[in-house]
Amino acid sequence: MTLSARARLLLRLATFGGLAVIYVPLLVVLVNSFNPSKTFGWPPSGFTTQWWSRAASNPGAREALLTSVEIALAATALALVLGSMAAFAVARYRWFGRETVSFLVVLPIALPGIVTGIALNSAFSAGGVALGFLTVVVGHATFCIVVVYNNVLARLRRTGTTLEEASADLGASTLQTFLHVTFPQLRGALLAGGLLAFALSFDEIVVTQFTISAGLQTLPIWIFANLFRPNQAPVVNVVAAALVVASVIPVYLANRLSEGNGGGRL
Amino acid sequence: MTTSTPTAEGLPGRPSAAVRASSFLHRHPRLRLAGLLSAPMLWLVVAYLGSLAVMFVTAFWRLDTGGFVAVLDRTPSLQNFTELLTEDVYRRVALRTLGIAAAVTVVDTLVALPMAFYMAKVASPRTRKVLVALVLTPLWASYLVKAYAWRTMLAEDGVVNWALGPVGGRGPGFGVAATAITLGYLWLPYMILPVFAGLERIPDSLLEASGDLGGTAGRTFRTVVLPLLFPSIVAGSIFTFSLTLGDYIAVKIVGGSTQMFANVIYDNIGVAGNLPFAAAAAVFPVVAILLYLALVRRTGALDNL
Repeated sequence: MTLSARARLLLRLATFGGLAVIYVPLLVVLVNSFNPSKTFGWPPSGFTTQWWSRAASNPGAREALLTSVEIALAATALALVLGSMAAFAVARYRWFGRETVSFLVVLPIALPGIVTGIALNSAFSAGGVALGFLTVVVGHATFCIVVVYNNVLARLRRTGTTLEEASADLGASTLQTFLHVTFPQLRGALLAGGLLAFALSFDEIVVTQFTISAGLQTLPIWIFANLFRPNQAPVVNVVAAALVVASVIPVYLANRLSEGNGGGRL
Repeated sequence: MTTSTPTAEGLPGRPSAAVRASSFLHRHPRLRLAGLLSAPMLWLVVAYLGSLAVMFVTAFWRLDTGGFVAVLDRTPSLQNFTELLTEDVYRRVALRTLGIAAAVTVVDTLVALPMAFYMAKVASPRTRKVLVALVLTPLWASYLVKAYAWRTMLAEDGVVNWALGPVGGRGPGFGVAATAITLGYLWLPYMILPVFAGLERIPDSLLEASGDLGGTAGRTFRTVVLPLLFPSIVAGSIFTFSLTLGDYIAVKIVGGSTQMFANVIYDNIGVAGNLPFAAAAAVFPVVAILLYLALVRRTGALDNL
């Protein structure tokens, strides 16, 4: 199809207009974190870094950040183990329930978070389990399994079993084959899946709200709790700006991981 | 292969325990499969599906608030469901939520189509890589931060009113429109990506053939591109639709006093502590999404996810 010069121009304008809409709100958050006015009226009335130093020493935000990282690490570790096991079972064996596994794994993320949240909350309350750190980890791991599973499954399908068979023919035990042949092949997929799982868990608020105890706060919970408090606005704004800046890290890492090895997938 | 544990070397002439375990497993593939499946299935079937089942059962219980203390009545009854179906307020909230979900889906499709088309068919390969990265990056930014960003955009003395002020315009303020804008913003990448992938799968030669046969750009788009792209658009709409149905946070941040259906669920857990009623309400989005999935299944959209 040959596009007229006008059509090309319109498409380009639409694309860059769309990108502007995507990035302007995020830039506004960044700029506002240096806005001396406490109400963040636009345009900013000057320039200050005092909110950043104040946020850095805010005990609530720091504790919430730490909790978020701990929960994300635990949930990622669980998801790595469970997702890889399920991927091996589906990729390497023929059995009746293979299709069902893919469906089951994707279900916790396909259903709205609030449904997963309520379901876990009902089960915990029916089972008499007290909400806390571990219940959040369980909730997060449940919907993180799918990203590890998808990455590992794609990699296992691409690599095939020939190298493992060669290793076994040369006398390696199953364990040796796994450690020296299978695992190195999977490393990229595990890193990509783990990164996605960590990011998903770190950002999750819905499932967290339904599985966390009153005294514990992850960073999203802390932000949401302080969002409507006028005197906390500057600190919330700085935390938001810091998260915008931090979101570049996983993009950079994912890009590095995907170079040359086919990349990860959601 | 993950169940064997290494132990110290056995006596000379006798294979070690690790080697024996590993060869035993090698000879029993079914056992290996069972070992691999046990943990993930225990988690997903027993813990997750079990939880969904508990939620479903809970939906038929009732919280009796008649006395001084709320009492959980475990005799199965349909009362929660009848209340949800017959009371006017729930119907209004449900219709509003479906309306917002539809609006978000339409707006995201209209924004995603030209962007994805430019990325896939017009831009040079290098620009394409950059554009894909630019569209993907905001997916990693925190959900709450993005919703908060629109709160600062749409606030009374925010950017939108400041930009529209000189031409005599005003932003929508906090309410239904602000909620639709924010949700559309949040889910836009989920629409662009499947549409972009769908466009990449359409060979350029098809578009050229249509042009050679006299089709104008507009006609080629309508009669060649759109029909081929339809499953991808539907795939994107599954995300925009289902994510909107389950959202109750964005609306709290930019919606003013607007309520969405998920707020009904959340408020019954939080303030009222009425878990059975919340569980019954949560059945509705699940049914809506399953219906939607069944409806779009024949378009082949599910293979595009």
